[in-house]
Amino acid sequence: MKYQDEYRDPVAARRLAAAIARQATRRWTIMEVCGGQTHTIIKYGVDQLLPPEVELVHGPGCPVCVTPLELIDASLEIATRDDVIFCSFGDMLRVPGSRSDLLKVKAAGGDVRIVYSPLDCLEIAEAEPDRTVVFFAVGFETTAPANAMAIWQARRRRIENFAVVVSHVLVPPAISAILSSPQNRVQGFLAAGHVCMVTGYDEYEPLAARHHIPIVVTGFEPLDLLEGVYRCVCLLEAGRHAVDNQYARVVKREGNASARQLIGEVFEITDRKWRGVGVIPRSGYRLRPAYQQFDALSRFSLTELNVVESNNCISGLILQGVKKPAECPAFGTTCTPQHPLGATMVSSEGACAAYYHYGRRTSSETIHA
Amino acid sequence: MCLGIPGKLTETFAEHDMPMGRVDFGGVFKNICLAHTPQALPGQYVIVHAGFALQVVDEDEATRIFSLLDELDELTELDGSPSPNPGADQGGLG
Ligand code: SF4
Repeated sequence: MKYQDEYRDPVAARRLAAAIARQATRRWTIMEVCGGQTHTIIKYGVDQLLPPEVELVHGPGCPVCVTPLELIDASLEIATRDDVIFCSFGDMLRVPGSRSDLLKVKAAGGDVRIVYSPLDCLEIAEAEPDRTVVFFAVGFETTAPANAMAIWQARRRRIENFAVVVSHVLVPPAISAILSSPQNRVQGFLAAGHVCMVTGYDEYEPLAARHHIPIVVTGFEPLDLLEGVYRCVCLLEAGRHAVDNQYARVVKREGNASARQLIGEVFEITDRKWRGVGVIPRSGYRLRPAYQQFDALSRFSLTELNVVESNNCISGLILQGVKKPAECPAFGTTCTPQHPLGATMVSSEGACAAYYHYGRRTSSETIHA
Repeated sequence: MCLGIPGKLTETFAEHDMPMGRVDFGGVFKNICLAHTPQALPGQYVIVHAGFALQVVDEDEATRIFSLLDELDELTELDGSPSPNPGADQGGLG
């Protein structure tokens, strides 16, 4: 694929790593927000190429991991109904709820289907008019344009047997929450390139100014990440609190205007609970009143649910960059991708899964070093 | 699910009044909604999330990193510091 092999070239990666080493005169802690970036970093050993001065910590950017248990349990309830076809992106199927997961519901006879695009749900709904197709609309700003379009189209095409469980989260409020925490030690951010592809990066400028940190919009290939770190270290060394764009081949300052407009038509901003982290003000989307008819929770009268979190799982601390996966006593012993205790072990974008799959059973540095 | 995948747009068509395209992901073809990138032309690369193309890849910007690398190496020579050994095969990116 074009610009994939080139951006994984080991020789170029080492040239960039050497440039970072020349820039860094003291210790810097930089957080990559997005789980997709964490995956690349661990898979290609990007962190191991960096000089000892520069440490990468992993952020909360895995939508599967932060989807609150309440909404997973509600989805499990809905998925067991005979009159429902429950559709989801594949990564949600093994995420543990209080007592079960979607894969188990499916094995017990529930009609749970994986869709590639939320538009596929509308085709299913038209083909099965006697049942309700419920879509688990999760994700960051990256899946919002697709999910908003499915809901908008459902209204336009008068598809009434379609509903959504909305669990959309937003990146800038999470960055702000991490920086405001007394435990914070992050000095610079690599912002998620594909989130900014949709939203642009206007919103990051006041964040950088308010918290006195540089933010570099960064892509997903090894060279993107190394260049993002290089630019971030240059800004840190110069004491500049600017927003820089490493990923200009994809990200424009204004983002994608058409996608932004449609998201604003269907969704409005709301407070949202992040699994393992807690409620972050104005950090998610809910349906606007005009689209309330598509809300699955009210259609099936599911609002109050009792949930039980595993008390061995430290994924909340991992999602906030306070601990790394190998510091969890359950990691690789009682918690594995086959038997996950927490969502960060399930998702391909979860930090625990990335460490497990690429054989990082120990952390070379702990966060308290 | 946040991982956008680049693919090459090969043809365009319409479905339910929406602009759609056939996209080649290294030999695997999928129908992708172009409602948010109606400007995309066959032959261009697009970034796709959950069945939607969300941006056209800017080819000039895509090659910029390679001139940056050359500039960095020139700076190293001016510095007199040793340049990294391009043949060495240690750590990372294995
Ligand atoms: S290793 Fe398992 S139990 Fe430990 S934090 Fe990760 S998901 Fe939770």
